[in-house]
Amino acid sequence: MAEVDDSNKPLFAGLSDVSISEDIPVEGEITVPVGSSSQDDVYSTLDEPVKETILRDLKAVGKKFVHVMYPRKSSALLRDWDLWGPLLLCVTLALMLQGGSADSKDDGGPQFAEVFVIIWFGSVVITLNSKLLGGTISFFQSLCVLGYCILPLTVAMIVCRLVLLVGSGTVGFIVRLIMVVASFSWSTFASTAFLADSQPPNRKALVVYPIFLFYFVIGWMILTFSPSS
Amino acid sequence: MASFDDLKFQEFEVAADLLSANPNASTVSASSNNPAPVQDFKLDLSEEETGQEENSELLKGEKQVGGFWTFEYYQSFFNVDTMQVLDRIRGSVMPLPGRNFIKHHIRGNPDLYGPFWICATLVFSMAISGNLSTFLSNLGQSQNQYRPQFHRVTIAAVAVFVYAWLVPLCVWGFLTWRKGTEPQISSYSFLETVCVYGYSLFIYVPTSVLWMIPLNWLQWLLIVVATAISGSLLVVTFWPIVRDDTKLTAFATVIAIVLLHGLLAVGCKIYFFQTVVTPAPSPSTAPPLTQNHMTLLTSLTKGH
Repeated sequence: MAEVDDSNKPLFAGLSDVSISEDIPVEGEITVPVGSSSQDDVYSTLDEPVKETILRDLKAVGKKFVHVMYPRKSSALLRDWDLWGPLLLCVTLALMLQGGSADSKDDGGPQFAEVFVIIWFGSVVITLNSKLLGGTISFFQSLCVLGYCILPLTVAMIVCRLVLLVGSGTVGFIVRLIMVVASFSWSTFASTAFLADSQPPNRKALVVYPIFLFYFVIGWMILTFSPSS
Repeated sequence: MASFDDLKFQEFEVAADLLSANPNASTVSASSNNPAPVQDFKLDLSEEETGQEENSELLKGEKQVGGFWTFEYYQSFFNVDTMQVLDRIRGSVMPLPGRNFIKHHIRGNPDLYGPFWICATLVFSMAISGNLSTFLSNLGQSQNQYRPQFHRVTIAAVAVFVYAWLVPLCVWGFLTWRKGTEPQISSYSFLETVCVYGYSLFIYVPTSVLWMIPLNWLQWLLIVVATAISGSLLVVTFWPIVRDDTKLTAFATVIAIVLLHGLLAVGCKIYFFQTVVTPAPSPSTAPPLTQNHMTLLTSLTKGH
């Protein structure tokens, strides 16, 4: 211990002798320097133009669309979940399924409210099912994934309407069938790729089957859409 | 060596203590020569079930996990693996007279996954197959326009889910009431009843797909076979319960269960798979009528 004191002695030699005399006033101003307010501007989005705000959300939605079309093990869909994309897709799909076989009120296709209820209520039920079976994914993350994976089916709906504009014969039906089957399996595969990792390993099939049923029903609604002649 | 002997002595003591503490505990007898101990084993079980309900519940593994407002309460109803669900479905399709579905397959772990998703699958399979069969039966007509008939999904959903939840409620309520009046009858819990009914509806899923084949005799044969299979599953499950009741009540209960099940099948077949009355006859009958009208009118005006 004495050796340490000896080595420190030249550095802190007069420390114990320092004392502040009472004649020297200790005063000053403590203010936030002006330069730090610019940091706040970076996080506050109140002053930016509206176009920038909307474009930021649209870009996030578009980025997630890309992730769905090329499903890899990226966690962007899960980490930054949002429900704008599912809402957009659901409204588009429900609007496009309108106007079919409108001559008889009873025998027509699904109404707007029915499509809406099936998609959202079905997603909620599937999410609850996966959570009750012991899944570790959060409620809104699962809703987000299921909603975004409707994108292939919406694309198939657009293609089907275009094919129906051309003609509604057997060839058109076969083309539509292939399109719907391909997009339905793409949707199921994409959502399984995102959701299956959060399940216990011996219950994966129990979670995948309701997702399969969900996209099968939506695919059926798309395939059976027939415009009013 | 001395410690080894001490261990053996301690084990015997512990076992003796346990037996003296709970003399009603069922002990498995090692000798399998005479059937009398096996009967005693069964009697001991029934005494446990009626007398000490708490112990039997713990033995069956039904732990009350939290209140009904917690999430874990509902999670305890989904405590099944893929293999268990598949095994239960297989057991529902092949009911054997000796195997009680609840005792053999459910074994104190009723789940809500099977009933709910089997009902959902049945709703969509009936609506879609019905739609397809209507379309196929109209294929020959000239004015054939495909109609999605989406309102059938709503009707199918209401019918199937009301059946799958209301009928087990009634059966469970009835059995519990009988148990209250005649205490020697045991009953199943509400969840087990719902579970049995849900799994018994599974056979209707492939049946509804096969109903698309437009042969009338085949459709009715399928109804008979499916009702026989799922009805026998329900009978095998509920017969040991109602057997101890009066003969009349027992038979009436079992017959009512099978009848309701058959009614569901017949009703679904008639509503969803109706062969549509083709509009072809009406144009042919309409012109003669209008012709007759015209001749009547002309004769009347001429007569005037």
